[in-house]
Amino acid sequence: MTTDFINICLADDDEDDRLFFKDAFDELKINTKVSTFNDGVELMDFLNHEDSVLPHVLFLDLNMPKKNGVECLLEIKKNERLNNIAIAIYSTSSSEEHIEETFINGANIYIKKPSDFENLKKILSEVVTINWQYHTSGLNKDNFLMRL
Amino acid sequence: MKVYLKFDYTQLTKKIVEEKLSELGYKYNSIGFGEFNFLEKVPSKKIEEITGIFREYGIEIVENQKSVLVQKIKDAIVEMVNSDIPLNIKSSVFIAEKLNLSYAYLSNVFSEVTYTSIENFIIIQKIELAKQLMINTPLNLTEISIQLNYSSVAHLSTQFKHTTGMTPSAFQRIISKRRELSHKNNT
Repeated sequence: MTTDFINICLADDDEDDRLFFKDAFDELKINTKVSTFNDGVELMDFLNHEDSVLPHVLFLDLNMPKKNGVECLLEIKKNERLNNIAIAIYSTSSSEEHIEETFINGANIYIKKPSDFENLKKILSEVVTINWQYHTSGLNKDNFLMRL
Repeated sequence: MKVYLKFDYTQLTKKIVEEKLSELGYKYNSIGFGEFNFLEKVPSKKIEEITGIFREYGIEIVENQKSVLVQKIKDAIVEMVNSDIPLNIKSSVFIAEKLNLSYAYLSNVFSEVTYTSIENFIIIQKIELAKQLMINTPLNLTEISIQLNYSSVAHLSTQFKHTTGMTPSAFQRIISKRRELSHKNNT
């Protein structure tokens, strides 16, 4: 097809996390194009620009300066042009309340940031493949909920 | 009043494609399995136009041969999972016979193109169907497990948890809260 790679965005204020994330995708067999953003404002500016190529899946850190993950999530879900993007929350928090709240607000995936790199690779590969199935196999995205 | 809708996606897609192609005045044969044969040469500019129209419906024109084969495998799996007939033949046999190719070959092509296995795809499809039944029908989990040919409700629960990372009841709770929320926002 015209796009043989999967477009991925990550918004995370932690530089190490952004680097790990990119490295993990570099080591996977899957063809991906990863763009990263340092905070929620930067991310939303990019998404709201009408020429931007929208990601197939967007990873959102919850704790970010200027605009946090939940604020981005709510904004995206209210926006007709953006609300079809699959959203993965990527956070260190494992509070059940937090997790459920993000799902109710429209997140598709909740990832607890793993502490080691091998695990990160495994998780990201799993997320991207299953997301691709939703994207290409006519599965109902409203029912796409996953926790890792 | 609340009503539940059940879709036959294959039928739905076929109907849309046929209507659109006729509307645009193309002559074609429908071969089945998502294969359409144009009876006259279509310039690539026109193909682009058709691609654009289809995209609105989430229908894509598949270009290369391997992708075509993968699509056929997926269609066979969807048909298998959604059929009401209890499966007493193995899925590998069903798929190989349906496509008339060896399972080993199909399995290789599938993994190469999709980065996932046929077995995994079948599980995803079954869990998807379980979700739909959970949300849109009054069936309980035991009844759903019987309909989907699981050996027990525990087996379905375990596979659900393994695939989605959450229990069926957590899934149901989230979806119903989401619905409440969107209901509130719309009133």
